[in-house]
Amino acid sequence: MPPLLEVRGLKVAYGGINAVKGIDLDVGAGELVALIGANGAGKTTTLKALAGLLKPAAGSVRYDGHDVTGTPAFELVRRGLALVPEGRGVFARLTVAENLAMGAYIRDDKAAIAADCEHAYATFPRLAERRSQLAGTLSGGEQQMLAIARALMCKPRLLLLDEPSMGLAPIVVQKIFETIRAVAREGVTLLLIEQNARLALQTCDRGYVMESGLITLSGEAKALLDNPDVRRAYLGE
Amino acid sequence: MSTLKAFDSARWVKIALLCVVLVALPFVIDATLGRAWVRIIDVALLFVMLALGLNIVVGYAGLLDLGYIAFFAVGAYCYALLASPQFGIHGSFLVLLPLGAMVAAVFGIILGAPTLKLRGDYLAIVTLGFGEIIRIFLNNLNRPFNLTNGPQGITLIDPLQAGGISLSKTYTYDGFAIAPVHLYYFVFLACALLTIFISLRLENSRIGRAWVAIREDELAASAMGINTRNVKLLAFAMGATFGGVAGGLFASFQGFISPESFTLLDSVMVLCMVVLGGMGNVRGVVLGAILLTALPEALRYIGPLQQQWLGRVFIDPSDLRMLLFGLALVLMMLFRPAGLWPSKTRQRELIGIDATEKAGG
Repeated sequence: MPPLLEVRGLKVAYGGINAVKGIDLDVGAGELVALIGANGAGKTTTLKALAGLLKPAAGSVRYDGHDVTGTPAFELVRRGLALVPEGRGVFARLTVAENLAMGAYIRDDKAAIAADCEHAYATFPRLAERRSQLAGTLSGGEQQMLAIARALMCKPRLLLLDEPSMGLAPIVVQKIFETIRAVAREGVTLLLIEQNARLALQTCDRGYVMESGLITLSGEAKALLDNPDVRRAYLGE
Repeated sequence: MSTLKAFDSARWVKIALLCVVLVALPFVIDATLGRAWVRIIDVALLFVMLALGLNIVVGYAGLLDLGYIAFFAVGAYCYALLASPQFGIHGSFLVLLPLGAMVAAVFGIILGAPTLKLRGDYLAIVTLGFGEIIRIFLNNLNRPFNLTNGPQGITLIDPLQAGGISLSKTYTYDGFAIAPVHLYYFVFLACALLTIFISLRLENSRIGRAWVAIREDELAASAMGINTRNVKLLAFAMGATFGGVAGGLFASFQGFISPESFTLLDSVMVLCMVVLGGMGNVRGVVLGAILLTALPEALRYIGPLQQQWLGRVFIDPSDLRMLLFGLALVLMMLFRPAGLWPSKTRQRELIGIDATEKAGG
């Protein structure tokens, strides 16, 4: 069976600057995959290109057996490929409930949307308590939960997560990763970017290591955790 | 159940009362304040349409447009050119008003397409330029081929007329005279009510929510599956449509138009109506449009009053108008930054999250 997401020779450039210089990447259905690397390695650019927010300069992206290279984001969301943007990107001046409703923008089955909303509240009790509160007044961790819950409202098969731990306290990060594991258990395939390499590799099945626009290492998450190069560069040993 | 019924009947009584007031209004005003004021109300209704159109672009989608009057101009010229002796064409308004709306919508897309990636200040500058370009074109398109008659403008524009009924004639029933200003009042009222209705429906529609999302965070909006390009173009086109219809009505009402009626100051005035009234809230915008049309007219009385009480005119009312207008804007921004009658979400944006949280619980 071909992987759910199949990336070959992907290059992305901003003007003349090549941010991503030709990478290969696979995500199988049901997998939990991490893309780790330092600041400026091209991780976010890669994710944006996969989500259809940036046009790749070269290479191909196949999703669910179809070539989706250069397909715009709004189209990909309809096919079940959703992104939780960097810095969470919740609608700060809308309430939690309005944010969730916005997540279901592409759907029009009112009853099912309401049911999914309740499901989201059950998964994230913190959000249920704050459903009529403005998203901007939530804590960082709650906002990240809202961003994930909102993305799940469009019923994605593949969810791309951009730095879910960014700017959060360690204890909150633990909580977010628990959430991510719970989402994975529900059958959503996940590709996440992280600077927190240890936690990402402990959580995921497989990992890719990115360095200045190229993938330098890949493999089982456990193997990467034991890899001396990874330990030295990303785990601070 | 009974409370629901009571509420319903109370609501119907209110609506009926409102209808009576709206129907009687021009005649009451005519009898008390004079015919000039009926005319002012007619103009105010046109500005209600314009302000609601701009409200879609600025209030709903959050795209600052400083050249909005250009769509009013396009609608007005569209009607004027095809219903005047300029080319000897005398089309029916039933065709020309929708045509003007369509042409304005096309111009809206022409403006929108190259500015899709711009926001805030940059978008404001481009739209300002667009508004000026349209006006300058209208001013200069009398050579080599006389399309717009240049600065002289177009005169003798047909009034609204259909099947032998012309809105430029006075009709008398049993000694009760209905003048053109009254007739236009009812036409403009119908159009303004329709615009209000459409605006309210849009606000709570799927499209309306997409506009809010784009205003809040464009990247997140596209991650929600919103086609941001089309939705933004739609905002420009819809806003322009309202402006185009208002323009056609304006041309027929005035009988004369020239590029002078479509300056940057007019764009700014319409924007002020939206901002002062309450961006994003239909009621606020309507209030803003009526206030900003009527108040400057009311200030005209200041001149004769000074003459009467003080013996001579110390301050020219036209000077006072700009002074008070500026003062009003400054005071508004200080004390009611979200407008006189703001929308809920806009209030949160403009006053800040903490303030509304306290107020709203």
